[in-house]
Amino acid sequence: MKLFEKNTQAIIFGRQGKVAQNMLDFDFISKREIPSVVCFVSPDRPGFERLFFGNKEMLFPVYKTLAQATKKYPQATVMINFAPSRFVYQTTLDAINTENIKTIVIVAEGVPERETRILSSLAKEKGKVIIGPATVGGVIAGKLKIGNAGGTIENIISSKLYRAGSVGLVTKSGGMLNEMFNIIARNSDGVYEGIAVGGDRYPCSSLVDHLLRLEEIPEIKFLVMLGEVGGLEEYKVVEALRQGQIKKPLIAWVTGTCSKIFPTEVQFGHAGARAGNSKETADNKNKELKEAGAVVPDSFDDLPDLVKKTYEELKSNGIIQEIEEFTPPRLPMDYDTLMKQGLIRKHAQFINTIADERGELNYSGVPITKIIEEKHSIGYAIGLLWLQKKLPEYATEFIELLITLFADHGPCVSGAHNTMVAARAGKDLISSITSGLLTMGPRYGAAQEEAGRYYLWARENGLTPQQAVDNAKKQGIPLPGFGHKIKSTKNIDWREKILIDFVRKNFPKTEYLDYCLEMEKITTKVSDKLIFNIGGISGALWLDLLKSLGYTDEEVKEFVEEGILTSINVLARIIGYIGHHLEQNRLKENLYRVPYDDVLYSLPKEEDL
Amino acid sequence: MAQRGIREYHGKKLLSKYLKENPQWSLSYPGEVALITPQVSLDDAQGENPWIKETPLVVKPDMLFGKRGKYGLILLNATFEEAKQWINERMGKEIEVGKVKGVLTHFLVEPFVPHEKEYYVAIKTEETGDKIYFSYEGGIEIEENWEKVQEFFVPVLKNIEDVTINLENENIVRFIQMLHHFFVDYDFTYLEINPFSVNGLNIVPIDLVARLDDTAFFKDSEKWGDIEFPTPFGRSFTKEEELVRQLDEKSGASLKLTILNPEGRVWLMVAGGGASVIYADTIVDLGYGNELGNYGEYSGDPSEEETYQYAKAILEVMTKTKDPRGKILIIGGGIANFTDVAKTFKGIIRAIKEYQDKLKENNVRIFVRRGGPNYQEGLTSMRRLGEETGIPIEVYGPELHMTKVVKMSLGGEK
Repeated sequence: MKLFEKNTQAIIFGRQGKVAQNMLDFDFISKREIPSVVCFVSPDRPGFERLFFGNKEMLFPVYKTLAQATKKYPQATVMINFAPSRFVYQTTLDAINTENIKTIVIVAEGVPERETRILSSLAKEKGKVIIGPATVGGVIAGKLKIGNAGGTIENIISSKLYRAGSVGLVTKSGGMLNEMFNIIARNSDGVYEGIAVGGDRYPCSSLVDHLLRLEEIPEIKFLVMLGEVGGLEEYKVVEALRQGQIKKPLIAWVTGTCSKIFPTEVQFGHAGARAGNSKETADNKNKELKEAGAVVPDSFDDLPDLVKKTYEELKSNGIIQEIEEFTPPRLPMDYDTLMKQGLIRKHAQFINTIADERGELNYSGVPITKIIEEKHSIGYAIGLLWLQKKLPEYATEFIELLITLFADHGPCVSGAHNTMVAARAGKDLISSITSGLLTMGPRYGAAQEEAGRYYLWARENGLTPQQAVDNAKKQGIPLPGFGHKIKSTKNIDWREKILIDFVRKNFPKTEYLDYCLEMEKITTKVSDKLIFNIGGISGALWLDLLKSLGYTDEEVKEFVEEGILTSINVLARIIGYIGHHLEQNRLKENLYRVPYDDVLYSLPKEEDL
Repeated sequence: MAQRGIREYHGKKLLSKYLKENPQWSLSYPGEVALITPQVSLDDAQGENPWIKETPLVVKPDMLFGKRGKYGLILLNATFEEAKQWINERMGKEIEVGKVKGVLTHFLVEPFVPHEKEYYVAIKTEETGDKIYFSYEGGIEIEENWEKVQEFFVPVLKNIEDVTINLENENIVRFIQMLHHFFVDYDFTYLEINPFSVNGLNIVPIDLVARLDDTAFFKDSEKWGDIEFPTPFGRSFTKEEELVRQLDEKSGASLKLTILNPEGRVWLMVAGGGASVIYADTIVDLGYGNELGNYGEYSGDPSEEETYQYAKAILEVMTKTKDPRGKILIIGGGIANFTDVAKTFKGIIRAIKEYQDKLKENNVRIFVRRGGPNYQEGLTSMRRLGEETGIPIEVYGPELHMTKVVKMSLGGEK
């Protein structure tokens, strides 16, 4: 009975995109016309997998249930079950109970033996075949690659698994499957079909089940079997040989001949590989297989010679014909593979010079552990990330001073107000503070942007303080950074005094501050409200900071163009907005509505329009 | 792992627990057993087991080996003081059972129950069902009287009630039925009570041997309770074996190491459960079995760190004692399905670099043979390792038959 044909299609249980891609690559080089995978089933992660069939990218649906998958793809006769051991029983049971799935491959190790035996009996009742558990699957050369069997595409090509040979192979061990493909390809015309039944004590289909099946496939001219110490499965093969059910030449070897030298019971890698009594030993199995007519080498070392000998005999008898070779189509290479091999290159989409998290996190090359060890604070980190400079102490202190002074300015300013309104409308933290941040601009909270740019321009163009004041008047604009609604020369803003005192004491250069204070002398003659305000001060002081740090006028201008003047304000204000958001929630304040008497309703009459 | 032996103590405790939770059987076994260990003395056990001082006792080692009567390791009808003395004389002593030497550390203590008839029952799993053996003549002579053993077969898709058990004693039939349900419910793979006796509806399991299917842990952990899977008697672990066992338990990959002969000349560091056995086989088949230092395998795509730790464990043992003929390390494997050869080799290479001086002192020659994902890169790194360290390393890929390196290394062919 042939379980697999060139158009056999499989459903994969588990979201094994990578495995499926390997299967599809096998399909492509084997010149299959349709993909061997139709879809996936994953109760937790339904969706789609994007895979290549040759050059073509295709979408493969991932269904929540097997029922959905089989309904959509009734032509799929194979299910490859990648469910973890604890879910194998139910998922396999579901597959047995479908109408169309005829073959189930169980990959997981560690399925309880009773569950395996029940599944095995049920499958036999329903005339279905289960391969596994604890198996990698198998390869039907040129037709179907089950799961990870066959290994990489290079291996598939070197073992000629993309086209059918004359040898039927059955092994216990999945790990040895590729090795056997290799041995057979090197010493004959290659494998027709190779199945690993799995290393468990009670595989759902045994060595003999598959040998008898392969016996019936006319294209297979001889058989190779690799058994294992432990269990009694190989005796069923002995029986089949004695009964004449296996007529094709069978080369057989049972591994584990070393167990006799082990003093106490050693568990080999496989669950079934354990020699309980003398009947389960490899030596005894090899002996009985030989007596029953199998071709048995003296050691695994001699196995290749026997394959070669058998192949050549059958060929000289005309039983095996020369097969027509073809060169498999070249598989398109994956971008990632080529990149890894250094065969291609490309430009990156982004450039980043300030932070690298790939090893230990560092800011502009300074590891964070070092920043912490040297007891630097936020101002230092800001210096590294914004200016890529290790800032001197006066500069980090200044930055922290600004953050402290600008963290909040009460609930009545636009940003705080908006934050509170949004919080009371039930919005989350990020929405509320964003709503506050969006009010920041030339009129509120970010006046230093315009002010700083104006002073920079004025000094660059050689304007005297008087000319700078006059120029604004000439243009008909308010002098940026001057004037306050409430504060005046008599009612000073304490923040201003703190900043100016600090800068005077610590900055090596204060040219913009001096310039602006000259301007203030002129403006306050006009009105005591036309003071050099906090926006203007922070703009001027940023410029002085950059100059103090040794940047040229050109460089300072670049920083300004990049947008540095508003940066601290935005950062600082977030602190206050978060406070307002948290507080409104803490107070369980309800939705805010502007009271009617705070709005002047003055609508035109319709007839006036 | 699958089938693993448990102590007689735990087997009896589970039986008693099952009967308490399933009163429909109307069978009873109080489960009066105590386990004496180096940490829990007979005096300590008294608290939970008041019967210890009130009844005559049976004492025997409980360490997964049988034929204890034959080795004079059963004390019958003893008083508390006699039992205590008997245990004290044997606790921590090395004994030899068959060919295996081991230290006695665990003893089972239970009431001595005089009985007349001794029956035999055993259940084992087969591919399509469970085989039940029963005999009216149990005891140590069971093997000699095997022709009197009756067999019953319960297919996996059937219940034992569907099977005719043609025995006169109704209580024994009920007992066998109960025992099979217990066997299925608790995922046993082997259960033998030889002998047992029945006193009305009271069961007296005298000697019990059991194995559980440890892969069923995910569904049975509650039923099993505080179960323990002891290592076979006489099997103690070297430091390196223990280290690998711990690595294995923590990892999704498989890492195994058994030291066969610490002074062995040939050492294996082989990938794959199947391939590793074949390398060991070939060494034995070629007549070098007594030279083989270890059996082991790594598989299932272990991480670089895991193969590093694993390789270090092997290198440590193999460089402990010198051999004038030098030593051989075979880093072998078949053609992997999905294990990244280059990655696993990175860990091995790191370990070899660390041990290079010791390896040179021991005149170690290394033979590498491997295939699979990224094998070329892995093999190239191995060749470079040879050049860098000066350790003789021969490197082969799938073009060389997997086990040929064995002959080459042992001087048969070169």
